[in-house]
Amino acid sequence: MENNKEIRFDHKVIVDLIKPNSRVLDLGCGNGELLELLKINKSVKGTGVEIDENAIYNCIEKGITISHGNIDTGLIDYGTKRFDYVILNESLQQVLHPQKVILESLRVGKNVIVNIPNFCHIEGRLQIFFKGRVPMTKELPYEWFDTPNLRFLSLKDFRRFCRVNGIVIEKEIPLGYKNIIGFLPNLFARSGLYLLSKQ
Amino acid sequence: MPPESQQLKNSIGIVEIKSFTFAAPPNEMTLECGAKLGPITLAYETYGTLNAAKSNAIVVSHTLSMDAHAAGYHPDDKKPGWWEEMIGPGKAFDTNKYFMICANVLGGCKGSTGPSSVNPKTGKPYGSSFPIVTIGDMVDTQRKLIQHLGIKKILCLAGGSMGGLQALEWVVSYPDDVASVIAIAANMRQTAQQIALHEVMRQAIMTDPDWNGGDYYGKKIPARGLALARMMGHITYMSDQSMEEKFGRKLFEKNKFDYNLSAEFEVENYLKQRGDNFVKRFDANSYLYISKALDYFDLAQGQDAAKVFKNVKANFLVITFTSDWLYPSYQSKEMVKALKASDIDVSYCEVASSYGHDAFLVEVKGQSHLIEHYLSRIQREVDHGK
Repeated sequence: MENNKEIRFDHKVIVDLIKPNSRVLDLGCGNGELLELLKINKSVKGTGVEIDENAIYNCIEKGITISHGNIDTGLIDYGTKRFDYVILNESLQQVLHPQKVILESLRVGKNVIVNIPNFCHIEGRLQIFFKGRVPMTKELPYEWFDTPNLRFLSLKDFRRFCRVNGIVIEKEIPLGYKNIIGFLPNLFARSGLYLLSKQ
Repeated sequence: MPPESQQLKNSIGIVEIKSFTFAAPPNEMTLECGAKLGPITLAYETYGTLNAAKSNAIVVSHTLSMDAHAAGYHPDDKKPGWWEEMIGPGKAFDTNKYFMICANVLGGCKGSTGPSSVNPKTGKPYGSSFPIVTIGDMVDTQRKLIQHLGIKKILCLAGGSMGGLQALEWVVSYPDDVASVIAIAANMRQTAQQIALHEVMRQAIMTDPDWNGGDYYGKKIPARGLALARMMGHITYMSDQSMEEKFGRKLFEKNKFDYNLSAEFEVENYLKQRGDNFVKRFDANSYLYISKALDYFDLAQGQDAAKVFKNVKANFLVITFTSDWLYPSYQSKEMVKALKASDIDVSYCEVASSYGHDAFLVEVKGQSHLIEHYLSRIQREVDHGK
């Protein structure tokens, strides 16, 4: 990595997954850090979709191509297999129609990279069991009344979703804070990163 | 009155208007309507310096009622050009880096050939014998100016409203001319609502007896009609919210109603003043012709919108404003969709603003940020031959 700033672990794992010179669409790209990393390290041709106006300004400042809009309706504009990768990094749980978004992403992209926070991490399970309250963790830091997350799922739930929808999981990478979780991922992974494809 | 030194501080300063004349008979230009026109003069201004490679030129196009004077001050002006806050040293369109060109459109009345110009064949102003011009004709004439200046590749075409339409028409007609486009508050075709508004404005002018079939030069001008058209225009440039904030129900120079038919509310007085001022600086026939040129604008020309940009290679930045109901965001989004369908690199931002269509002139901060950084990127990519 050429960048001096400390790079988020999930970003590092995603950058490693992506082949050089690919065409990438990052849905819910925020301030464009990941796209910038991909541009610098993998020479990708990247585009982002983002709902927040200030984030748009930050993306343009980084020289990133960005479209102001929401993920739920933003995909229809793109042609079939227009991208090598469509990335949904911790944004899928915030969309209104996740099934439609995943399937649309698989239409416009050859591969889809999804990272979902694991609602069934042991920390959350313990909070539910002992406190009797909806869990608040580093990945899910919101109160129930102000959370942007609309969907709560585990790695197991996502695997089942893929099976039912005919989506091929080419890779599952369960993530901790700064490491990959090999042992009982549905219990110990903070999030699940997936490389997906569809025939 | 000359500008004060404080005003000149962050400005390009004193600028001069230049002109370029071409298409002298027998080499008249054939317009889209089939008529031949010549000689044609374009009044224009430039700011900044054209580099040796002639690779830093940006063409800014103006709106219905503006002119070539986009920035800086004329020696006797108290007020600067219409996009002063965006064009100048260190500003979004940084004149330390870029060579900016702005020309008065064909059909205009601020130094370019239009209905108020003298027809050399008759020695009298054209009036309504002036041929109908289109956005495409405006582009073709500006293109002649760019060629005259020796510029082969334009770094960026930029404009808001009708200025944006010219940029779009240009890149679609001549895709190899330009590296990038900044289209602000612009759409791919004029809509029924826009045409309807223009027609009401035109009727205001043409039903003024002083319009006299377009032949009023040297006589009484159709001031009432033109002022009325401008009043109408101003309503379309503001939003419900900006009018409410600016005027509300305030009365003009009084505290209670007089219960008569005079203009009592502040908003009425504002529109009247704007109308009256406009008459002093704009020609009624130019208003008719330019609004008509707008109505004819349709990039797809009735065909499939997704195919409009199929030969275009330029990079795009599209900007809209949330409260603009004259050029609503959804229309620009249709354009963004068509651009994406043609695999064109396009960035889009909908800036939150309560100023309506006027926002592109007054929302300086957000626009400046977007444009400044976007242009730096385009310059970088052009320099690296990407």
